[in-house]
Amino acid sequence: MKKLLTISLLGAAMVAGTAQARDYDHVRFGVDVPYEPMEYRTPEGELTGFDIDLGNALCAEMGVTCEWIEQEWDGIIPGLLARNYDAIMSSMSINDERRQTVLFSDSYITIPGAWFAPAGSSLEEISEESLAGKSIGVQRGTTYDNYATDAYGSLATINRYSTADDMVLDLEAQRLDIVFLEFVVGQSTLLDNDDGDYRVVGEMVTEPEEYFGEGFGIAFRQRDTALAERFNEALATLKEDGTYDEIFQRYFGDE
Amino acid sequence: MELTTWLNELLSDNLIFTPQTLGYYWEGLVTTTQLVFLSLLAGLVLAVPLAIGRSSGKRWISLPIYAYTYVFRGTPLLIQLYIIYYGVVFFDGIQETFLWPMLREAFYPALIAFTLNTAAYTTEIFRGAIKATPRGEIEAARAYGMSQALMMRRIILPSAFRRALPAYGNEVIFMLHASAIASVVTLMDLTGAARFVYARFYAPFEAFLFVAVIYLCLTFAILYLFRYLEKRLLAHLKPA
Repeated sequence: MKKLLTISLLGAAMVAGTAQARDYDHVRFGVDVPYEPMEYRTPEGELTGFDIDLGNALCAEMGVTCEWIEQEWDGIIPGLLARNYDAIMSSMSINDERRQTVLFSDSYITIPGAWFAPAGSSLEEISEESLAGKSIGVQRGTTYDNYATDAYGSLATINRYSTADDMVLDLEAQRLDIVFLEFVVGQSTLLDNDDGDYRVVGEMVTEPEEYFGEGFGIAFRQRDTALAERFNEALATLKEDGTYDEIFQRYFGDE
Repeated sequence: MELTTWLNELLSDNLIFTPQTLGYYWEGLVTTTQLVFLSLLAGLVLAVPLAIGRSSGKRWISLPIYAYTYVFRGTPLLIQLYIIYYGVVFFDGIQETFLWPMLREAFYPALIAFTLNTAAYTTEIFRGAIKATPRGEIEAARAYGMSQALMMRRIILPSAFRRALPAYGNEVIFMLHASAIASVVTLMDLTGAARFVYARFYAPFEAFLFVAVIYLCLTFAILYLFRYLEKRLLAHLKPA
């Protein structure tokens, strides 16, 4: 009986909650740490990363204060719905499945894929002609695997690896001519750790959308349309005044 | 032409088994069959002299062979494959030698690892069969004045091969199933094809059940072959 009462009270509270959206002057973000370079802690324990810096800049632009609440990934959407925080800014890809439960802001970044080859490689650009007959390394089952297989699988050899480390080992061993992976991962494993042995070939890849998705968005509760709208406006402003570029360069700069 | 229209119709209402993925499975079947057949053949050729050496009374012959079989039977095949595939590249300048065009591909390192592994097991199977030769046959051969080599060729080996047959049939099936690890070094074998389809369509049941059925068919063919061989070669052991 008591239980039933609690449930109905909860239900009533939820109905009341959905009925009115409130104006926020303090926004709490849920974030799953660490995921370098999007969100992580410095050796001093300070929370930092692209999401954190951009989120703080957005709050400053909107004139609200914000707070970051750590939450593990598998409970991150339930935590939002349970009002533990008001938004999720944690490298969350926008997709239709999540759209059914949460409301997304405009995409604030699409993590690019990139082609990496040894510095001495003769590859200068990515095209069907230049990749014909080459061996391409990808991580099995990733977006990059699907894209490379569909685009170049018929004219080049695609070698699939379980981990990025195995793939890097074979690139070093010259078993692979080129690898295709998330730019950030390639940057930390290939560009940062070696003395100029590897370089990026061609442009960063973020298209087509059917492979690379719609990018990362900030997630809100469905009813908080006004809040999402404020964030979208602030994001547009930051993109215009150069703050966005500055933060982007801080984490994804070429060198 | 008719075959392709028939196939397209058959596959029209499912998303996973498209002609493309069936192509991957076919490629996988070819790779697995080649890999297993070639490694078993090479392993068998290696194992006969090794088994004779292993059962020799001279310790300087039998001990090194024992060390080899001990190492290859005492460590997992997966580790051996890793060591051979990733290990060779740590020899400086291997990329410039004539071996590199072969070692560059995943197929040959896998073939080498599988061959050495099955040769070790087969050596021990044959050694056991040689050791189990009835004393009487050996004494009879000696009484006829046969030399050691002639006795080995005419008396010991033919009967040892027969005795080894059931155990060797097992080894062949084990080898087929052990070859499933080839996909960790990027080979597109049957399991590799299944893993690809699984990762692409998030369909573990379809991808792995289909490949399991193919393995079952292969195993069935091997079982049938060995049953036939046993019937032919071990006929004299059947109760009258």
